[in-house]
Amino acid sequence: MAEVVRTSGGATAELKKKSLIPYFLLAPGLLWLALFFVAPIITLVGTATKTQGAGIGEFIQTYRWANYWDALTGASAQFGRSFLYAFIATLLALAIAYPLAYGIAFKSGKYKNILLVLVVAPFFCSFILRTIAWKQILGQNGPVFRTLVDLHLISSTTHITASVPAVIIGLAYNFLPFMTLPLYGSLERIDPRVLEASGDLYANAFTTFRRVTVPLSMPGVVAGTLLTFIPAAGDYVNAEILGNPSTKMIGNVINAQFLNTQDYPTAAALSFILMIAISIMVMIYVRKAGTEELV
Amino acid sequence: MPDASTSAKGDLKLLNLTKSFGDFKAVDDLTLTIPEGSFFALLGPSGCGKTTTLRMIAGLEDPTSGKISIGTTDITDKRPYQRPVNTVFQNYALFPHLTIFENIAFGLRRRGVKDVKAQVDKVLNLVELPHLADRKPTQLSGGQQQRIAVARAIVNRPALLLLDEPLGALDLKLRRQMQIELKWIQTEVGLTFVHVTHDQEEAMTMADTIAVMNEGRIEQMGTPAELYDNPKTAFVANFLGQSNLIQGTIIDADGDFHVVDLYGQKVKVLKARSHSKNNSVLYAIRPEKLRIDNDGHTRPGNTFKGGHIVDVSYIGVSTQYQVEMPWGQEIMVFEQNDDGVPPLDKGDEVTLTWEPAFSFALDGSQDVNAGSEVNPEEE
Repeated sequence: MAEVVRTSGGATAELKKKSLIPYFLLAPGLLWLALFFVAPIITLVGTATKTQGAGIGEFIQTYRWANYWDALTGASAQFGRSFLYAFIATLLALAIAYPLAYGIAFKSGKYKNILLVLVVAPFFCSFILRTIAWKQILGQNGPVFRTLVDLHLISSTTHITASVPAVIIGLAYNFLPFMTLPLYGSLERIDPRVLEASGDLYANAFTTFRRVTVPLSMPGVVAGTLLTFIPAAGDYVNAEILGNPSTKMIGNVINAQFLNTQDYPTAAALSFILMIAISIMVMIYVRKAGTEELV
Repeated sequence: MPDASTSAKGDLKLLNLTKSFGDFKAVDDLTLTIPEGSFFALLGPSGCGKTTTLRMIAGLEDPTSGKISIGTTDITDKRPYQRPVNTVFQNYALFPHLTIFENIAFGLRRRGVKDVKAQVDKVLNLVELPHLADRKPTQLSGGQQQRIAVARAIVNRPALLLLDEPLGALDLKLRRQMQIELKWIQTEVGLTFVHVTHDQEEAMTMADTIAVMNEGRIEQMGTPAELYDNPKTAFVANFLGQSNLIQGTIIDADGDFHVVDLYGQKVKVLKARSHSKNNSVLYAIRPEKLRIDNDGHTRPGNTFKGGHIVDVSYIGVSTQYQVEMPWGQEIMVFEQNDDGVPPLDKGDEVTLTWEPAFSFALDGSQDVNAGSEVNPEEE
């Protein structure tokens, strides 16, 4: 084979031309990334080191890297809260989505497609609107509150809205499809004969689930938890609508700094720190989960 | 923990076993005893109920009615993991997330066996793949995966090993080699093997006893030689090898023989090899039992005169002829190329001769093509 290429100059030129094709195909995507991802990131990093100028919203580049540290220490509580809420919401979403995805993948029969459409159906309605709807559902006159009062689980003088649980429920709800779909994808791919083989080899239903189904669905678990945790950690809508001043997440701080206070350097620094923090967590998580061979 | 049922030993007995899917009876009132320690094959075309039977024995399918027992223990209502039965699945169904060692150890660990390492090593040596213990299934070739699937099942020393088309995914050469290997493993470990296949050659190579299944029932059961030599139905005669079946009538008796009229030519068949309840028969003779000569040449035995060759296929060891008879039917003849005589030509007028003792006669009301229309190689 190698000899053929060497002796025929025409073929070599042909090969060279062919090897450029992938780059041409990649070019639009790379250009898009450069314009709308790399360039803004560089601007963001630069903005973060500016200091206050003469008027409101005017900033001068002074390369004050300490801005990053100031921003981090100033909003450490909101950072911690964001990751905690996102973490709990991710676990909650996993607990709800796993049985749901399992049911759709293995037990739904002819209703499989309808159920999958229903999982995605909430997307047809606005994100904000659905979150506001939760305010109604959890409100004093809503079904959840009244049921809990009737069951004497909570007192009628308290409230569930404007609280930490409400924010977490909102987060878990809003990102549930992102958890369900990858889980369904990896569960559905499991060869039913492998599950039969497990039963054949003396494993009861529970052991089969633990030893075969769960390990084989790990790619879906990893993908689903990432797709839930990452946007949840940066979210500010749920905390805004379903929370109170003491449930503010980092997204709310960035939002306020950019739009209300117009403190662009702090907002930029917080955004960048959030991005880096999430990237590091994701790397550690994927490394720990060790599913490279399965994905 | 092993209870009485997981440690049951003895013959496998199926009693009036039936499985219906809606109106369709996949397995129809099957009664069968498979002796302990034998290599038993369920042979039949796709859709004949052989796989359903196997899945009911494994516990992966619930029978509509009937009983399954091993020795004296009834296992009909036991869950798959409660039966002393292991299966080699069609596409092996190895656990993709576990190493080869852990795949084989899976059953041992579930039963809480103590010396897992020693037992896994032993069975890996038996299938001659000890160097693959740390690999994942996807890193193995088809033949290696097949052997691991066998190892994963036999390491548990079940009362019964079920093989569901175990060689179906392998290429022809590897399949032949694995047939010999499986037979050797069976002799070595001495377990009862129940093997489901649509490949008659595979069944004949490995099994001590074959049950030919058709439409949910057993057509005939016996050793490979019995089934080939003396089929009792047209389906078996056509499904195992090839047969020439000719419509005829018993007109007389001559000692141990019936005299049969085939379109005006009188031939004989042993009474003991005649399976018709009345005088209407399908006279049957295997293609390799026929001798073919240019017209006029005579040999002792029964003869058909007045045929002419319509097709000649030279195969190397043998030559296959299609001979059209005066009544329009084409008869197949396999002639060994052992005499240095060049094959006859297309169009030649020929006489066919055979030893009457080699022929057999079947019930004349059956379809001549039963069992031959299904392609035995199809999945």
